[in-house]
Order: sequence, then structure tokens, then C-alpha cells
Amino acid sequence: MSKKKSLNGNMYLKTFLFGLPSIILIMLFVLGPIIMTFYYSFTNMALTGAAAADTQFVGFDNFVRMFQDPSFKTSVLNTIIFLIASAVIGQQIVGFLVAYLMKQKARPFRRVIGILVLAGWITPEIVVAFVWFAYLSDQGTLNIMLGFLGIKPVAWLLNFPLISVIFVNIWHGAAFSMLMYQAALDDIPQEVEEASRIDGANAWQRLWRITLPIIKGSAVTNMVLVTLQTLGVFTLIYALTGGGPGEKTTTLPIFMYDQAFVNYQLGYGTAISLVLLLIGITLSLIYIRFLKTE
Amino acid sequence: MITKKFIQKALPYLVLSIIGIMFFIPLLWVIFASFDTHATLSIKLPEEFTLDNWKKILTDFEILRSFGIGVFLSLVSSIVLVFCSALAAYPLSRYHIKHKNSVILTILFMSGLPMTAIMVPVYQLFVFFNINDSLIATMLFMAASGLPYGIWLMKNFIDSVPITLEESAWIDGASVLTGLRKVVAPLMKPGIFTVLIFTFTNSWGNFFVPFILIQTREKLPASVTIFQFFGQHGMVFYGQLAAFSFVYTIPVIILYFVGQKYMSAGFSMGGASKG
Repeated sequence: MSKKKSLNGNMYLKTFLFGLPSIILIMLFVLGPIIMTFYYSFTNMALTGAAAADTQFVGFDNFVRMFQDPSFKTSVLNTIIFLIASAVIGQQIVGFLVAYLMKQKARPFRRVIGILVLAGWITPEIVVAFVWFAYLSDQGTLNIMLGFLGIKPVAWLLNFPLISVIFVNIWHGAAFSMLMYQAALDDIPQEVEEASRIDGANAWQRLWRITLPIIKGSAVTNMVLVTLQTLGVFTLIYALTGGGPGEKTTTLPIFMYDQAFVNYQLGYGTAISLVLLLIGITLSLIYIRFLKTE
Repeated sequence: MITKKFIQKALPYLVLSIIGIMFFIPLLWVIFASFDTHATLSIKLPEEFTLDNWKKILTDFEILRSFGIGVFLSLVSSIVLVFCSALAAYPLSRYHIKHKNSVILTILFMSGLPMTAIMVPVYQLFVFFNINDSLIATMLFMAASGLPYGIWLMKNFIDSVPITLEESAWIDGASVLTGLRKVVAPLMKPGIFTVLIFTFTNSWGNFFVPFILIQTREKLPASVTIFQFFGQHGMVFYGQLAAFSFVYTIPVIILYFVGQKYMSAGFSMGGASKG
């Protein structure tokens, strides 16, 4: 009995010691900052001015200010549109469509299409921004192609900034969903499809009644995961539009950056971080909830 | 009848081809412009195919230095991450301890959090400890922020290595650490390479973290210098910007193709143990 207990104790000690380097790093650089987010959100910390020398506890001031700030409302709205259009709808549809159509196609063909879609995914975010800056510019490739159809050039980033940014993010992210859906579709037993085919179901019925219900679980998990990734998107928008013109593409990460590092209002910037973090925490809880049930 | 059937067969190929082409077209500009000294934002075949842009980028000391710093940040942070995550994941995979599931779920939960959200307090932390503008501290932060996902991946890979092999090593008198190093590590090479490549690519492409944490010009990695190059010369030297982007992307492309080999091996291994 006592021997078993000491063995167990040994196991816990070993687990702790093995985990120690990771625990220290995560405590210091991840959990520490998360706790600081909660604390500094209630201070008037600033990089310059009187508040820089003397940071004070200001209660809910930052949050009162935030909810009265029209720029905050705009960036929340932009974030919601960006998340829904690019992560929840765009990447899911494109990713699923490619994965579904690729099923049972010739291997070389699958490979070529796969690489073309993956090219957008492996391109680093900052390069994605340059590529699309050129693609969407006045004399860019898109306007040249539309010119063949007799459509006049459009200043995409000026006139349709949010839609442009949404499309860029779909282009950059869709491959991830494609891979997830490919894995999910590969898991469906061939016999299930065969049986419904023999029963006389057409392609459309097979998709809606058989395939989609089976992969529902992975679809929801993937959707939450992609939404989480999209919530943190900064580089793409910052390099492509800088959040503009005006505030038309200012999402919460851009707004947070502007307040903290351009206006030097670290306290206010942290309060915006907190909002971002709380959305992230909620989504992440939903994510592990779905993983658990799967 | 034949035509209808033919259309049904051909349609997916047609739709996929169109999607594939549409995905690739935006990239054409970078390729053409990088070989054209007179490149503009407009796409055109270079009148004269030249490597001048590439030469300019590859002989510029500041740019080469920023590539070196990028390699340092990405390589060292991924090695630190692999080392720490393998150690932490081992007991989570092998021991039957209480609350193990809660620990694993907490790790997964953290891996989902957007690191963008904590960059303002991370900056404050760096200022507070006076490690602001330090490459080593930035490297450690990059490793730490990838750790939760790294531990999760590593645990799955260790799960797929049969425990019987270590047990025979233990009977022969090997310690747990020796077992991990001599038996488990060689068997999970695919896993280690997957995590290594995954974190390297992530750090290599990371712009936001060094942009916030590093201020000295001479310490900036390629992800940030490329952005500054765009701001300063980009409007004139589009060809060079394209070449810079191309060179910067090449390591990621190579690693992707190298990684694919390991990843497919790794994932099929993970799948086998799960099923």
C-alpha cells in the first residue's frame, strides 16, 4: 500500500518536473500577460504624458469610455462582419466545396488543385498583403481581367475595403478548411455512399441527407477554430489598408494597436485587449466543448 | 443522355480548375515582377528577363542580416518549443494521473486563444522587466505562445509510440529520461519534425510580435524589414519588393514540401493509434 503510494507520488513529481520548463514559459509569457490584461484594463497607464509617470487605478473608466467611443462600436461591427463573412461563411464554403468536388478525382488532378489552393495558405501574411495590394490596385490584375469583360477599373481598396479584406482572408485561409474537410470526408465509409446511391438518392440528396449530417461535428469544430484564428488577424489588414480608409477596415486588433501604440494609451488599449480576450476565451471554451463531445 | 452524363462528370473538374486558377492568379504578379526591373503594380511579362532584383536583395547587407535574425528567432524558438513540449507531453501520454484530462483540456483551451489579444500586456511585461528590444526574450515569447499547441501535438505523437518498447528498456535498467531520449525520440521523428516545421514557419511569418517587441532597426527580422522596405522603397522599386517577398517565402515553401512527408507519416500514425 505504502509502496504504491510512494510510486504514485513519484509519478506526480516526475510529471511536474518534466512539465516545469513549459509551465515556467507559459506562466511567464502567456498566463502572466492574461492576468495583467485584467489588471491594467482598470488603470490609466500611458506611454507619454502625466499618466506615464504615475499610473493610477481608474475603475471602470476605460470601459465607460469604450462604450461611448463611436470608433469602438465601428470596430466591433467590422470585426463581426469580418468574422462571419470570411471565417464562418467564406472559408467554410470554399474549403468544403474544393474538398467535396475533389473526392474520387484522379490523383494528379487533386494534387495540382490542392497545391494551387495551398499556395495562398503557405504564403506569409505580410506577403499576402503585398500580393493583394498589387492584385487589387487600379492597374492591377483584377481590373485588367475585368477590363476584358468590359468592366471599368474599380479602386477596390478605396471603394470596397472591407469586402476586399474579407476576400483576401478567404484566399489566405481556405486551404486549412479544405484539409479539415478532406480528412472528415475521407472518414465516411464508402458503403454508406454506395447504399444511398443504390436506394436511388441523387447527388444533391446524398450531400444534404448523408454527407453533411455525418461531418456536422467536424464542420462545427473547424468553424470555431477558424473563427478563433480570424479573430487574431492583424498583419493582413494592417499592411493592406492600415484599418482604413477612415475606419472602414478597423477591426478590434487594429483598434487595440492604434490606441495602445499610436495614441500611447496603454490602459485603454489593454481594455480593448480584454474585450478581444473575452471573445477568444468564450470561443475557445465552445471549441473544447465540441472537441469533448466528438 | 450521354451529354448529360458527360456534363455531370466534367462539371467538378471545370469548377475545380476555375477555383485553382483563381487562387493562383494573384501570385503571378510577384513572380513576373521579381524578374522585371521596370515592374509596376500592373501585371506584365518582363520585357527583359533579369535577375537584377534578386541580386539587389541578396547582396544587401541589412536585408541579409534581417534574414539571419529571422532564422535565429524561428529556429531557436522552435527548438526550445520541441524540447519543452516533448518533456511536458511525455507524462501526459504515459502516466495515469488524476485530472490528466483537465490538464489536457486546459492546454487545448490555451492553444485556441488568439495571441494578438495579449500583445499589449506582453509589451508592458517586457518594459517592466527591461527585456524590451531583446531578441532572446522575443524568441522565448514566441516559443511560449506556441507551447500549448505544441504539447498537444507532441502528446498525440507519443501516444502512437507503443509503450512496450520503453518497458523493455526500463527492464534493462534505463531511466525514464533515457527511455524518452533513446527509444521514444527516434520513433517519433515524424512528430518532432512536424512540430519543428510548424513552429518554424509560424515564427518566420510572424510580423506582429517582433513589430511590437523589437525597436532597434538592426535587430529586426525579415518579416518586419520587408514591411519597412515596402513603406520606404516599395512605391518605386516594385520589382525589388517582389523579389524580397519571393526570397522571404522560399524557406516556407521548401519546409512545406519537406514537412508534408513527415506530416502524412505522422498523421497516419496518430490515426492508427486512435482507431
